[in-house]
Amino acid sequence: MNFSDILTMRHELMLTLLALVVLIIDLNLHNRDKHYIIPITLSLFFIHTVVGFLPAEKSVLFGGMYQTKPLLVMMKNILNVGVLIILLQSVTWLKKEENREKISEYFILLFSTLIGMYFMISSGDFLMFYLGLELATIPIAALAAYTHHNTKSAEAGIKLLLTSALSSGILLFGISLIYGSTGSIYFDTVTNLYQNSPMQVLAFIFFFSGMAFKLSLVPFHLWTADVYEGAPINVTSYLSVISKGAAAFILIIVMFTVFNKIAPIYNHILYLIAVLTMTIGNLFALRQKNMKRFLAFSSIAQAGFILLGILGGNVLGMTSVIYFVLVYIFSNLGAFGVVSAISTVTGKESMDDYDGLYATNPKLSLLMMLALFSLAGIPPVAGFFGKFFLFASAASAGYYWLVFIAVLNATISLYYYLLVVKAMFINKNETPLAYFKSDLATRTGLVLAGLGIFILGFWSQIYEVINNLSFGLIH
Amino acid sequence: MSILNLFIIVPLLTVGGILLTKDLRQSRLVSAVGMGFQMILSFVLVYLYLHERAAGNTATMLFTYDALWFPTLNIHYALGVDGISVAMIALTGIVVFAGIFASWKMTYLPREFFISLIILASGVFGFFISVDLFTMFLFYELAVIPMYLLIGIWGSGPKEYSAMKLTLMLMAGSAMLMVGILGIYFFSSPDHSHLTFNLMEISKIKIPIEMQRFLFPFTFIGFGILGALFPFHTWSPDGHASAPTAVSMLHAGVLMKLGGYGAFRVAIFLMPEAAHEQAWIFLILTSISVVYGAFSAVVQNDLKYINAYSSVSHCGLVLFAVLMMNQTAMNGAIVQMISHGLMTALFFALIGMIYGRTHTRIIQEMGGLMKVIPFLGVVYVIAGLASLGLPGFSGFVAEMIIFVGAFQHVDVFHRVITILAASSIVITAVYILRVVGLLLMGPIKNDHFLHLDDAKWYERISTVTLVLAITAIGVAPFWLTNMINYSLAPIVEKLSAIQITSLF
Repeated sequence: MNFSDILTMRHELMLTLLALVVLIIDLNLHNRDKHYIIPITLSLFFIHTVVGFLPAEKSVLFGGMYQTKPLLVMMKNILNVGVLIILLQSVTWLKKEENREKISEYFILLFSTLIGMYFMISSGDFLMFYLGLELATIPIAALAAYTHHNTKSAEAGIKLLLTSALSSGILLFGISLIYGSTGSIYFDTVTNLYQNSPMQVLAFIFFFSGMAFKLSLVPFHLWTADVYEGAPINVTSYLSVISKGAAAFILIIVMFTVFNKIAPIYNHILYLIAVLTMTIGNLFALRQKNMKRFLAFSSIAQAGFILLGILGGNVLGMTSVIYFVLVYIFSNLGAFGVVSAISTVTGKESMDDYDGLYATNPKLSLLMMLALFSLAGIPPVAGFFGKFFLFASAASAGYYWLVFIAVLNATISLYYYLLVVKAMFINKNETPLAYFKSDLATRTGLVLAGLGIFILGFWSQIYEVINNLSFGLIH
Repeated sequence: MSILNLFIIVPLLTVGGILLTKDLRQSRLVSAVGMGFQMILSFVLVYLYLHERAAGNTATMLFTYDALWFPTLNIHYALGVDGISVAMIALTGIVVFAGIFASWKMTYLPREFFISLIILASGVFGFFISVDLFTMFLFYELAVIPMYLLIGIWGSGPKEYSAMKLTLMLMAGSAMLMVGILGIYFFSSPDHSHLTFNLMEISKIKIPIEMQRFLFPFTFIGFGILGALFPFHTWSPDGHASAPTAVSMLHAGVLMKLGGYGAFRVAIFLMPEAAHEQAWIFLILTSISVVYGAFSAVVQNDLKYINAYSSVSHCGLVLFAVLMMNQTAMNGAIVQMISHGLMTALFFALIGMIYGRTHTRIIQEMGGLMKVIPFLGVVYVIAGLASLGLPGFSGFVAEMIIFVGAFQHVDVFHRVITILAASSIVITAVYILRVVGLLLMGPIKNDHFLHLDDAKWYERISTVTLVLAITAIGVAPFWLTNMINYSLAPIVEKLSAIQITSLF
């Protein structure tokens, strides 16, 4: 291993450097100048995102603990773009008086979790995987409690911390069983040694349960709504979009490589959990009045759809999951962006407050509608394509009834997404939220999300690129 | 570059044009110009089509255009038309054009209204010109979703309820359709090597019969929900009653035809064996639609509900004829689609115009309108007579062909069910004449009605266009039936090549 090999970890290295730079700048700034951190960090992160798109090569570091290949780099880039949009959307909120002293904390904690996700995605063995996972989770708990003077936020932090600890424990137990039965923690070795002995199936179940907590699959979803509601809105969108996206990425990699041999067994589990997650997530979402809780439950249901791609068990499934996550990031950030913009300016988060929004804020309403249509899977926006390909991959494995249940669930989800559309466009309101103009950063964030929602579907090259990269991964 | 691309591009340009406008005057002008152009374009397409056929072009699909979209899944943006789709496109062009003029006074959020309306129209046009199941499905959903906003924002009565019911039921239909389409796709190649969404290619192979048995109900009911198949028709009366005039016109006139068209173009054409096996179930359901819809129309007092139930009955007849699966009946089905599309659009336009004057849709509250608004009254009678199948109008041609075709089946089941369905003609006469009598004849019940204005110029454009089309088909049906027959031939050939193992 020489110096140039280290450079293949450029995502991790650059982001670590970025976090340190933010820290040092923060130390040298006077309290009243703290807000300068925001533009500096944003531009640095923008450069980081752009550099991430430079062509990458396959390489293995640290004796197999760390691996990288174009597909993994692609996943990291997808996350980067999402984070960039979130950062843009959080600028107004960070500039508020009460947050002035802890601007840099927000960035540093956020970047730490992102570094954790990078390592998790690039891990070549369970140790690195676990380290990455923890690094990706614990700082989020601090972020969720960011407005700690607010009881709900503090509660969210503690809840997230406790559930993460529990799920990590379960996950670690699964890993220990894997190590016990195969004598190795390296993905490659484990893949070859994995059989369907009862202990290894048990190991898988523990491992999967741990991951299910992170992805908030039913019945491991109970923490989601409270945490999403309590955490500051931008942290919520980070949790539901980036955190979940990264977990989906690593889950599908591990399922398709390490546990590939027990696919006939885990497919039953996945089938059941997929049905439960979609249905229960949807049914709870029907009754929510708070927009954050509403999006929380809708994102639980969306996670259920991701399992359909894993059930597909082929290149089509892999590609569809990655593509779906990409589309999901943009659609959800569109929705969260609007909620965040409104919540930051007016402090209103209830669905009733959105009554008659179109009359006063037509652009925000239109973006919200497009984002919700995309989440529901309505053409011509990107969500339609994402869902169609996921369903296609499940159908390719013969799960027609599951596809039917999933599409029916998409119809149920359409009902509650339409409730928001109805509030904005149809409901009459004597005193709708007053017109306001968001600042440049928020608008850029919203426009980026909107562009993604529109373009990603029609632009089939993106799907093809993901497909080509996925091809080598599965046999 | 095929002419068919214009059917997508023109609506898009029109939408772009409306975005630039400021008020009602400008946006309705842009819409009228755009959709007027689109209507002329569809007539040009009919002409070009006939011209090609006269020149001896025997390809099934003409003016094809094919662009690879998602290479991995072999999804194409593939266009092409045969006689049937050309006829449907002409119908859509006329109804959309008439619909724009019927909404000439749309004062509340006019830009948004016309944009949604034209997006809906472009979904319908896209559906009829697609030969790739994926794009077809995409356009199908694109046509359904603007309905929610159109009914929810500009509707009347319990509009939120109706809009939600309609959207959810149609989306549940598209859920079934999704399963059907994916199933067809994964069995579109005998050795699973060249999967395709292309209709014409799939029609060349035989999908395994077990899969057909599973997929046919999904596909047929999926389309059937949009075609108001009993017992999935309940969205239709509520939806039509709450929708604004132009939307009712478009929805009953064109959108419901997507169901009938899809049912034979996708479900029956691609899975003929299962269609033969299961036709009896759906024949029973559709004849219930036909008779039950007609009876329901008799007892309604709201003009829109009457017409909505009459649409259930007539659209049921389309599916009924399609399921008879012989050349004559299927020909009748397509003529019926076009005839009903024009008729019902005319009806809804008239109802909207009458409601705009009298501010009521309850027939008992009106009366003697013929004396004050003779133009609208006469056109209403024409629409009514066409609807009950008077010779000389399109309705007669369609129903005649359908029942002749249906009676060609010699077995008892088909005969009985045909006679049952044919009884709807009498019931139709009952509710049409009842409405005409109560609404137009008799004394004027309200003094306020004495000062009503007759149709304005834009309303005349809307109605006369439709009346002309109805009469044209009624007097000279042959050019239409010839065009359809030519394109039906390969479909019927495929259907009749099957060993019939039906229950009856």
